[in-house]
Amino acid sequence: MNLVSNIQSYSINFHENATIIRANQLNIFYSGKLVVENFSLQVPKNKITALIGPSGCGKSTVIRSFNRMNDIIPGFSLQGEIKYQGKNIYSSLEDPVRIRRQIGMVFQKPNPFPKSIYENVAFGARINKYQGNLDELVEYSLIQAALWDEVKDKLKESAYALSGGQQQRLCIARAIAISPDILLMDEPASALDPIATLKIEELMWELKEKYTIVVVTHNMQQASRVSDYTAFMSLDREKIDARVGVLIEFDETTKLFTNPKLKETEDYITGRFG
Amino acid sequence: MQIQNTLSKGKEIYKDNISSRNRAEKIFNILLLFSVLFGLLMLTVLLIDIAVEGFSWVRPELFENYHSRKPENAGMKSAIAGSLIVIGLTGLFSFPIGVGAAIYLEEYAPQNKLTGFINLNINNLAGVPSIVYGMLGLVVFGRMFDLFKEGSFLVEFLKIPIESGAIGGWNFNLFGLPWLEIHLPFGRSMVAGALTMTLLILPVVIIAAREAIRAVPPSIREGGYALGTTKWHVIKSLVLPIAFPGILTGMILSLSRAIGETAPLIIMGAFTYVPFLPKSVWDQFTVIPIQIYNWITLPQTEYRVHLAAAGILVLLLILFLMNGIAIYLRKKYEIKW
Ligand SMILES: Nc1ncnc2c1ncn2[C@@H]1O[C@H](COP(=O)(O)OP(=O)(O)O)[C@@H](O)[C@H]1O
Ligand SMILES: [Mg+2]
Repeated sequence: MNLVSNIQSYSINFHENATIIRANQLNIFYSGKLVVENFSLQVPKNKITALIGPSGCGKSTVIRSFNRMNDIIPGFSLQGEIKYQGKNIYSSLEDPVRIRRQIGMVFQKPNPFPKSIYENVAFGARINKYQGNLDELVEYSLIQAALWDEVKDKLKESAYALSGGQQQRLCIARAIAISPDILLMDEPASALDPIATLKIEELMWELKEKYTIVVVTHNMQQASRVSDYTAFMSLDREKIDARVGVLIEFDETTKLFTNPKLKETEDYITGRFG
Repeated sequence: MQIQNTLSKGKEIYKDNISSRNRAEKIFNILLLFSVLFGLLMLTVLLIDIAVEGFSWVRPELFENYHSRKPENAGMKSAIAGSLIVIGLTGLFSFPIGVGAAIYLEEYAPQNKLTGFINLNINNLAGVPSIVYGMLGLVVFGRMFDLFKEGSFLVEFLKIPIESGAIGGWNFNLFGLPWLEIHLPFGRSMVAGALTMTLLILPVVIIAAREAIRAVPPSIREGGYALGTTKWHVIKSLVLPIAFPGILTGMILSLSRAIGETAPLIIMGAFTYVPFLPKSVWDQFTVIPIQIYNWITLPQTEYRVHLAAAGILVLLLILFLMNGIAIYLRKKYEIKW
């Protein structure tokens, strides 16, 4: 099998110090079937990087490989390397638990635990032996997630009493309570209404100060509104039947949306996809 | 052209059959209602019959006395105690083993032929007649393959001090603790009976627990892993608490099946006449269904009809209580999504 794609792509590089994750020539497989090919990307530190592209092109697959969340899917395998803090996170010496502890994740559908609001935020802190004052940590995380004012009087109530948007912000609070380095968000607002979506987007702007964010979205307005950099993925047109996802273009968001380097990108962002 | 013609006919090409469909709906409803009523009716007839025959015989003597040659004095104190203790022990044994097996099979077992073979056989075991478990229990727990019999090679080889008599075999205290008394083989004791019952209900307990574990949404596990949680911690603090009501319900329903079982315990060597209360779990015992069976085989109407019916009422009462507890616990620990 010729694993190196011949398709045209455009990408930018950052200085070593400005990069937090560096994916090198990833080939990702489910049960032996190639779904993402030759994917290389440098994720800049303390920026928001958006991952856009048509449904099924492997955005979730890629973002979930950044913190080894795919390890729990039977049949998953990966070639290539993902460098984080100078080490390949897929090296057999690395512990996925430690990696996920530093690279948090927020999912498409809000998935609070069936516990109280307080316990949801405190959960990660408890396992990771937080030494400080738990009450303060919960309050601080909820303030950061722009949820505190709405829940401060009902911390002991079930997380499921909250609205969808509030639940998603709770999941963000839960993720940042263990002070991760990076926050991966897989379509964090796609299950929410426009107002809740706007709140999440504002929140991402605030969080950028402290965390690096990688966000998958199928909503191009969202990508252009919130992100500093955008990576556009698509299905390899030369092997359209195999449905293999590839990186087409990675650039500053403003450049990618106003002046894309490749025609394929232009077609997609102007809605002439397909 | 053909298609154009067909489509242009519009509504006329459909035949209005809504009223006949509604009729079918009604007939089906009545049939379903009938099947429900049939079951309920049979159960009601049975309950009324038993209540009429036995209710006046559910009196203090039933709980205070042992079996007696005079029906007026006869009770089933030892059978009630035996049933409760055996069921308690069965729960104690089958809960950790069943839940452990379910966790292993759902969460840890590799997807291979062996696992597939085990899965298939757990389902098969759930369908094995209970008397077979009685025979298994007798050989494995009751007699322990005669390993601890006087003159067996093990006894000769290790010079085990063997006692003869009713509770024969090798008696000792584990770790020298007086309350950790062990008797090998388990003989006709409540331990042997409970272990046999454990074998009997284990397949069902495992299947119910697996289903409860499988019903925990994958998104919850993912949420746990994404916080840097180990697999065991995800299972312990997220999966099990959510699965707990389901596991518990399966457990209690299995135990209510076990409490009505007679055959395996008879094979195991449970007694029909036990005129004393057990002093320890190593004592001989009888259980309510055996006592009922015993009474039914006696010629006098008082035993055969009235006392047996009274025994059944007590058994049903215990069953309803257990199911009530199951419902209560389920409601209490139920997770509101
Ligand atoms: N667990 C899985 N097992 C097998 N195939 C999968 C699995 N998850 C995703 N895929 C396949 O991988 C491809 C990429 O999926 P995904 O990463 O979810 O795409 P996206 O997030 O861009 O919509 C799709 O063809 C999908 O069918
Ligand atoms: Mg996706």
